[in-house]
Amino acid sequence: MAEAYLINGETGPFEVVIGLEIHAQVISKSKLFSGASTKFGGEPNSQVDFGDAALPGMLPVLNGECVRQAVRSGLALGAVINRRSQFDRKSYFYADLPTGYQISQFFYPIVGEALIDVELEDGEVVQVGLERIHLEQDAGKSVHDLSPNQSYVDLNRAGVALMEIVSKPDMRSPEQAAAYVSALRSILRAIGSCDGNMQEGSLRADVNVSVRRPGEGLGTRCEIKNVNSIRHIQQAIAYEAARHVEAIESGGTIDQETRLFDPDKGETRSLRSKEDAVDYRYFPDPDLPPLILTEEFIEECRQSLPELPRARRIRFEQELGLTPYLARVLTADIDQSDWFETLLNDTAKHQGKAPRDVAERTANWMTGELFGALNKLDLDISESPVSAAQGAELLALMADGTLSGPLAKQVFEIMLETGGNPGDIAEEHGLKQVSDTGALKETIAEVLTTHADKVADYRGGKAKLFGFFVGQVMKASGGKANPAVVNELLKEALAG
Amino acid sequence: MSNLTNLSITAMLSGLGAKDFSARELVQAHVDAVEGARTLNSFITETPEAALAAADAADKAYADGTSGKLAGIPLGIKDNLATKGDRLTAASNILGEFKPPYESFVTNQLKQAGASILGKLNLDEFAMGVSNESSAFGPVVSPWRANGSDDKLVPGGSSGGSAAAVAARIVAGALGTDTGGSIRQPAALSGIVGLKPSYGRCSRWGAVALASSLDHIGPMARTVEDCALLLEVMAGFDANDSTSLDLPVPEWTANLSPDLKGKRVGIPSEYRADGINPEVVAAWDKAADWLRDAGAEIVEISLPHTDAALAAYYVISSAEASSNLSRYDGIRFGLRVQPENGNLDDIYYATRKAGFGPDARRRVLFGTLVLTADFFESHYVRAQKVRTLVIQDFTKAFEACDLLLTPTAPNAAFPLGASASQTDAYLNDMFTIPTSLAGLPAISVPAATNAQGLPLGLQLIGKPLDEQSVLNAGLALQQAAGFDALPERWW
Repeated sequence: MAEAYLINGETGPFEVVIGLEIHAQVISKSKLFSGASTKFGGEPNSQVDFGDAALPGMLPVLNGECVRQAVRSGLALGAVINRRSQFDRKSYFYADLPTGYQISQFFYPIVGEALIDVELEDGEVVQVGLERIHLEQDAGKSVHDLSPNQSYVDLNRAGVALMEIVSKPDMRSPEQAAAYVSALRSILRAIGSCDGNMQEGSLRADVNVSVRRPGEGLGTRCEIKNVNSIRHIQQAIAYEAARHVEAIESGGTIDQETRLFDPDKGETRSLRSKEDAVDYRYFPDPDLPPLILTEEFIEECRQSLPELPRARRIRFEQELGLTPYLARVLTADIDQSDWFETLLNDTAKHQGKAPRDVAERTANWMTGELFGALNKLDLDISESPVSAAQGAELLALMADGTLSGPLAKQVFEIMLETGGNPGDIAEEHGLKQVSDTGALKETIAEVLTTHADKVADYRGGKAKLFGFFVGQVMKASGGKANPAVVNELLKEALAG
Repeated sequence: MSNLTNLSITAMLSGLGAKDFSARELVQAHVDAVEGARTLNSFITETPEAALAAADAADKAYADGTSGKLAGIPLGIKDNLATKGDRLTAASNILGEFKPPYESFVTNQLKQAGASILGKLNLDEFAMGVSNESSAFGPVVSPWRANGSDDKLVPGGSSGGSAAAVAARIVAGALGTDTGGSIRQPAALSGIVGLKPSYGRCSRWGAVALASSLDHIGPMARTVEDCALLLEVMAGFDANDSTSLDLPVPEWTANLSPDLKGKRVGIPSEYRADGINPEVVAAWDKAADWLRDAGAEIVEISLPHTDAALAAYYVISSAEASSNLSRYDGIRFGLRVQPENGNLDDIYYATRKAGFGPDARRRVLFGTLVLTADFFESHYVRAQKVRTLVIQDFTKAFEACDLLLTPTAPNAAFPLGASASQTDAYLNDMFTIPTSLAGLPAISVPAATNAQGLPLGLQLIGKPLDEQSVLNAGLALQQAAGFDALPERWW
């Protein structure tokens, strides 16, 4: 078990206590209470219904698809589904909140408690408690940098459905928080209830941080709002915890307040103190009746769930025989795991073998070669210039000896550039492996003749020179010689 | 009043069908009447061209046999219901020159049936009030005057413009809204019929929200039959209103009957309070006799939580109103007051201060207060519990009877400027508020005139969704009372 994460202050060690409120934008065609589109990146104020603009006399109508997505998410996380929930108004004044209140769920949320298994880098599993999930409206966007003395408001986002996923304060390190967010993101993406795109803001975190000496009760916490990348979450926690420790050790106190993280400075700064805290005056929204879920509806939601990341990972390990590391890497993201399964099935078919028999090779190629290339090109798997079918063909060419490892690498480079098929490329560029023993014997003979002195040294005991000969043969063959065959023939030839 | 303006809607439809007059003539007579009654200040916006265009369309429809249920009937719409392209004010400055790009569900129903809309009628600001004196566009003056007096009287509120226009015979009927009594009380004070249907019977989509769980839209006209017809046309399920009842609209007109045999009418003992004008009490007692003559059995029943209902209503309605009025902030539509070098908060303060009248501001402040952390449990939650008790009172009472007979208002119309204190004004709604809390159907029917010649109204309350019994009893009352007093034209 890994060591506990502690901050070593001057007066002793401090524990960090972390809770996260994740806002996940629901995948749905229209908004939570209106029919306007939820598409990202539209022209400002082009996706705004009369109700979104809070014109007089407009009323909310609940979008059933958003309810379905919330229930599916709750089921995927193993949470309690509340048969009865209601919508409440959360009131405050701001320009991007047209009605002057956000429709949310305060008293009775749609999803209740859960316990989520979160795997850390080293394989250790920690359990993080989920408090609740509720549905609520997103606000619009305020734009302050278009003009020196005016602010603008874009209401496209106003009313889009969010799931607010509230954890219990169970995390104890930035790493745990990061792993929790990754796990959550992975599951929501796998079931298609949220695309988890943090740059576009479909997944945001409010981070609650406090510190305490081991054994003490909870310290005063601060909330850091709207942190939009996993890296920033870790940085914010580290900075904030250190700030708390410093304040406490210098004899001061921590004020309960809301803060913002500045990614450029790597610091948090105060946004709002407790005195300025807003009283949201929650009360049940009288325009909306309570939400009652039937057993049939919940069952339908359950049936609609695909294989979840954890189940898939276990299957990869047990049925395909992949190492825990490979299984974990390949199931971290739904797009990648889907791509892998397609690749695996095609590869198995090409080679007339069972998937289990080719799984490890396939997984190694994908996580090594393919991921390496995609990282360099800064592309997602969904943007890969090489398709799974082409990958399968490449692997087949390696398996049947047409391509050696190094040749395959060359072919792969060209595939990345041109998007062409490996067979065609090998043909065109003459990159096929030479395994013809006759031809290779000739090449070997030439090499040994050219380097007769080294041959003598080798036979005299310098065994290391074998590698030199291999290199020379490969060079002479333009890298196409089949290394295994070369090895064998060279051994024979050198033995005299 | 010309012969064309002093007709019931039923009579107008009959006349139009018999070609006694054209829709154009009918509507023109009302357009002229509206113009001649400007001193009453019952209209905020007049729409004579659109009205006449609708009349012409109605005439065409009558000619080719495609006329709707209200073809050519001249109506007025309370100005808290959106009509597309017409200024919508809610009698407040804060809406500025706002013109909605949408038509409310109920007015669309009327227009589809061929009705001719003469304009938008005055009201208390945001429908808060009992005398139509808080309008940013000036008070409405009742067409009624006490015998031998020139004093200007109130028409009641908040649907004061609607009541005055119907009573003055410048519209055949009007739409009003009723949150605590704002259709029924002005109907009583103005000698006309006002109907508040069951909650959810009429869609609130397009109605400026005051208190969402208490707002009702309903018809105001000179006869019970007219109200039944108007309600039939405007009611119905609307998917855009999540509180709209998904039930077919009953055929109230076809089933109208003044025969109350087998019906039990309850008289709530708690409503015999001090402070009710004795003439109102006398009319109430008389009406019980009339209903008995029509076949009903009269019984005494109890509504024990009547006292608490008033306070609960003001807490709940103010809380919901404070929330519903947050959207009037000067940002996206309506009035904006932008102080020089001001920031967002400055716009809010300046706009809402300039835009809301004192009554509206008071209500918003109180409503905000009862929702704050310190008062939420003791005021809002408690009021909701009282509301449940009030509903239970009615449910229990309706085991012993089918209808309740009560006064509508504790007094007749009073002079402009006479509402002494806020609490006095609130008492004007004491008989109507409990029914609003419970969402029950209720009607006010003119029953008599007092010694000063001013109308007195009585209220009939029915079981949930039983508008039919309410209308039937209302018809019995109307026939027995034979109320035929007319405001003498002084304008």
